[in-house]
Amino acid sequence: MKSFTYERVDTPAAATAAFARTRGARYIAGGTNLLDLMKLEIETPGHLIDISRLALDKIEPTSEGGLRIGAMVRNTDLASDARIRRDYGLVSRALVAGASGQLRNKATMGGNILQRTRCPYFYDTNQPCNKRQPGSGCAAIGGFNRILAVIGASDACIATQPSDVGVALRALDASVETVDVAGKTRAIPYADFYRAPGKTPHLETALTPGELITAVTLPKPVGGTHIYHKVRDRASYAFALISVGAVVQRDGTGRVALGGVAYKPWRIEAAEAELPRGAKAVTAKLLAGAKTTHENAYKLPLVERTLAGVLAQAKG
Amino acid sequence: MKFDTPATTNPIDQLKVIGKPTNRIEGPLKTTGTATYAYEHKNFAETQAYGYVVGSAIAKGKIASMNLDEARAAPGVLAIVTAANAGKLGKGDFNNAKLLGGPDIEHYHQAVALVVAETFEQARAAASLVRVEYTRDKGVYDLSATVDAAGKAPLLYGAPPETAVGDFASAFAAAPVQLDARYSTPDHSHAMMEPHASIATWEGDKLTLWTSNQMIAWSVGDVAKTLGLPKENVRLISPYIGGGFGGKLYVRADAILAALGAKAAKRPVKVALHRALMINNTTHRPATIQRIRLGATRDGKLTAIGHESWSGDIAGVKPEGAVMQTRLLYAGANRMTAMRMTAMNLAEGNDMRAPGEAPGLMALEIAMDEMAEKLGLDPVQFRILNDTQVDPEMPSRPFSQRQLNKCLQMGAERFGWAKRGKPGATRDGKWLVGLGVAAAFRNNLNTNSAARVRLSNAGIVTVETDMTDIGTGSYTIIAQTAAEMMGLPLDKVVVKLGDSAFPVSAGSGGQWGANSSTAGVYAACAKLREAAAQKLGLNPEDATFADGKVKAGRRSFALGDAAKDGELVAEDGIEFGKLAEEAQQSTFGAHFVEVGVDSATGEIRIRRMLAVCAAGRILNPKAARSQVIGGMTMGAGAALMEELAVDKRFGFFVNHDLAGYEVPVHADIPYQEVIFLDETDPSTSPMKAKGVGELGICGVAAAVANAVYNATGARVRNYPVTLDKFIDKLPEMT
Ligand SMILES: Cc1cc2nc3c(=O)[nH]c(=O)nc-3n(C[C@H](O)[C@H](O)[C@H](O)COP(=O)(O)OP(=O)(O)OC[C@H]3O[C@@H](n4cnc5c(N)ncnc54)[C@H](O)[C@@H]3O)c2cc1C
Ligand code: SF4
Repeated sequence: MKSFTYERVDTPAAATAAFARTRGARYIAGGTNLLDLMKLEIETPGHLIDISRLALDKIEPTSEGGLRIGAMVRNTDLASDARIRRDYGLVSRALVAGASGQLRNKATMGGNILQRTRCPYFYDTNQPCNKRQPGSGCAAIGGFNRILAVIGASDACIATQPSDVGVALRALDASVETVDVAGKTRAIPYADFYRAPGKTPHLETALTPGELITAVTLPKPVGGTHIYHKVRDRASYAFALISVGAVVQRDGTGRVALGGVAYKPWRIEAAEAELPRGAKAVTAKLLAGAKTTHENAYKLPLVERTLAGVLAQAKG
Repeated sequence: MKFDTPATTNPIDQLKVIGKPTNRIEGPLKTTGTATYAYEHKNFAETQAYGYVVGSAIAKGKIASMNLDEARAAPGVLAIVTAANAGKLGKGDFNNAKLLGGPDIEHYHQAVALVVAETFEQARAAASLVRVEYTRDKGVYDLSATVDAAGKAPLLYGAPPETAVGDFASAFAAAPVQLDARYSTPDHSHAMMEPHASIATWEGDKLTLWTSNQMIAWSVGDVAKTLGLPKENVRLISPYIGGGFGGKLYVRADAILAALGAKAAKRPVKVALHRALMINNTTHRPATIQRIRLGATRDGKLTAIGHESWSGDIAGVKPEGAVMQTRLLYAGANRMTAMRMTAMNLAEGNDMRAPGEAPGLMALEIAMDEMAEKLGLDPVQFRILNDTQVDPEMPSRPFSQRQLNKCLQMGAERFGWAKRGKPGATRDGKWLVGLGVAAAFRNNLNTNSAARVRLSNAGIVTVETDMTDIGTGSYTIIAQTAAEMMGLPLDKVVVKLGDSAFPVSAGSGGQWGANSSTAGVYAACAKLREAAAQKLGLNPEDATFADGKVKAGRRSFALGDAAKDGELVAEDGIEFGKLAEEAQQSTFGAHFVEVGVDSATGEIRIRRMLAVCAAGRILNPKAARSQVIGGMTMGAGAALMEELAVDKRFGFFVNHDLAGYEVPVHADIPYQEVIFLDETDPSTSPMKAKGVGELGICGVAAAVANAVYNATGARVRNYPVTLDKFIDKLPEMT
């Protein structure tokens, strides 16, 4: 780990000001992802701005009938919030399917959606990785890539975004509220939050340097049955091979988003029109154009079958 | 004490302390964090420096250049050790690749430098400033590509790589029912909790190492040999070990580099290997490819058994003995086994819990399941039908004791085996449910073991031996043995372990530790009894030791009286004769597993597990149960998730952390039931015990794989059994 300096800030304005003032700065919230990456020198910030005590730790109703989740709300608190559990079950279920109790106690809403890939080569600084070291190549292509992306990837990177709750946020049309170093605020639809890897897989999100996430907002509840099925090699404490987040209405319509298949939670609204016709039809549209390796080709039938299981469960 | 005739009745048979479920005597130290593990010794808190290991970035080739300037100039750096400045180093008997590499590189993450600094953080930061240029050579990393050209393996601990009895080829060709199948097992990581760690300190040319090591005497020898020191100048201290599973049988880079770093920095130096180094720098269980051919009569008698295994390793290392159990487990007149090997350039493969049998049974016990099905026989019955009470390769040699059939029968009854349905036929909601069985088999090994016992005038007996406790419960069974022998309650016994200043024990490995080390303590206590009786003026033959007293006829003394004039000290060891050659000593068991397989996703969840074990006298049923359920857990991991993923281009294990190398978590492990048959085996030692620590893992993975087959009708022969390997064989979703 490289030496770094540290400060703690009390307001979003102080956070962005600190960022503008110091070179090579990073925000640190729960630190559950950033610190691991710093120990391995995958991230080497020279300065840490501790935002964990910002007063962005509330879940409040929005004027549109939804909820605003402060960026500092801990994953545990979010998952157990009564309104979330009642109206946005998918969020709660996706959260508790991730990490462990201790980690969820530390992990924040903002940090969670910015957690970085679990591609194993990304974690080994001896290996080429375009995401870690632009232009060095991608060791995962042609290597061990059983857990990596089957769609939306590029010749430069086939990493997946590993957040579980992100799948729920995508299915529920969330958006991300931010403030940038110039003090400008905006709301980024979560659908547009992640950038396709293309030739620049190290650029992962729509955020500009120093832009701070202040909240994630959920629109009005959509009802329906909320199911999150995360498929993994062991029963707990593992990242998804794939996951399916679905909201299914009584009439068989609904929404579907996938985790573990792409650089972002994967949802194609047009595919959802096929829901009444079943999992096969939905998956065909959802994963049209998928490009698999011999190690991760299983993800296509797995998505279809998992979705079929989810739809069966929704019918009860 | 020579042990060359079977044990007769002795004080252990009283079973006042031995054989009782007993909590670990060192348990409170561990649960309160006051048992000091290697890295935690505070003796040198003021002066100690920290070493951080730099691992090679390539698997095979050479260091072209190494620039230490930046690292040397980094804050806090005291010294940097490399092969270029460490002086001439020897190589130990138990490692093949060098523990400090360069200029030649023999495997990925081979240590190429140790950076020593005032703090751990400084050492780690400076380590990343060591600039190394490599020239990469082509290496051999893909086991499956070596099969055709592989050569005969070298001896495995003296056992021949090939055996043949009768005429396998003809018998197999003539058999009316045949199976010919290939299986594979991947490389496994020991994945014990405590990393390899050492603190080294020098006084002149005398070295003391606080380390985490299973085999003190072997390792003293290897440290001495590597560093070019006389053995007397090396002291190893390893009282508590946070798991080993074979990964700490040998001296590794942490110990050697701590010693070199301490010499260079002229300070005590502590070094731990981080998880990635544990995986690619230290040893692992090597992968195997296995071919099994079975021929049987229509009524289910095996007439031909053939088992071949391929493994790879650094040149000069032994094969993975995956065929070893097949030489002994089932009857059959015509048989062959063969181990083949290729020199490879992955990290060094070596022993891991039940080396040989664990991966061997993963394959053999699926083959037995497949053959039973071909024969239309129940797999429990099929195994019973092919039981043997003699060594099938040498029928004049019986087993000392063999109750495999009883394990199978009792297990079947307790588990509700009769309810097992046809493959793919049992449903519980969305779950496909299946049952599986496998035999467990692991040889019992005996190793000479010595101990010293001291009696104080307060009637306290202190045992000293270099035996280790790797979390298995050695402290407790040794205390139980001394208590039983001396007629004392447990709390009057003090046990000191893991110090090379103590008499040489069997150490912890090959499940030989429990029986051998307690037998050594038995021998020392027998001497102490004699000395105490004599001191008290009693005839040693007549003296009885019970309730803290020594009695003969009407005379009775407190045991401590024997040490009135000063501590009584006795030292002896057990020396095993040829009993194990005359009769085969093995341990047996049967594993039963129920799994549910999600009919949509193929996710596998173990629902129930049962092991029935026949392993001689069980010294401490509580500790033995812990060993067996630990083995079952590890076996579940081997069945369902554990695999070191090889990058076949760059030559290393890619998933080198515990996020990528998955081992079972609590949610994976259901209620585990263990039954021990009530056995004593007088041919093993005065304790009449056998090993049990490795038996628990043997066969488990196959029982799981067989249960998955029974649930789904999909046969997976390549471990781990993950859903991607059979998702296309699951029933259509409706
Ligand atoms: C062992 C382990 C297992 C895990 N398993 C899972 C799992 O199964 N599923 C899953 O979804 N996740 C899993 N995680 C990931 C975990 O959810 C994330 O580490 C956590 O959510 C990150 O939140 P944090 O607050 O700790 O982020 P930090 O580590 O503090 O920050 C992460 C990144 O976000 C940036 N950042 C943080 N907050 C803001 C903000 N408000 N504005 C702008 N930038 C910000 C930081 O600069 C940093 O780059 C696991 C993690 C571990 C260590
Ligand atoms: S897939 Fe992406 S993260 Fe993984 S090695 Fe390639 S570039 Fe790096």
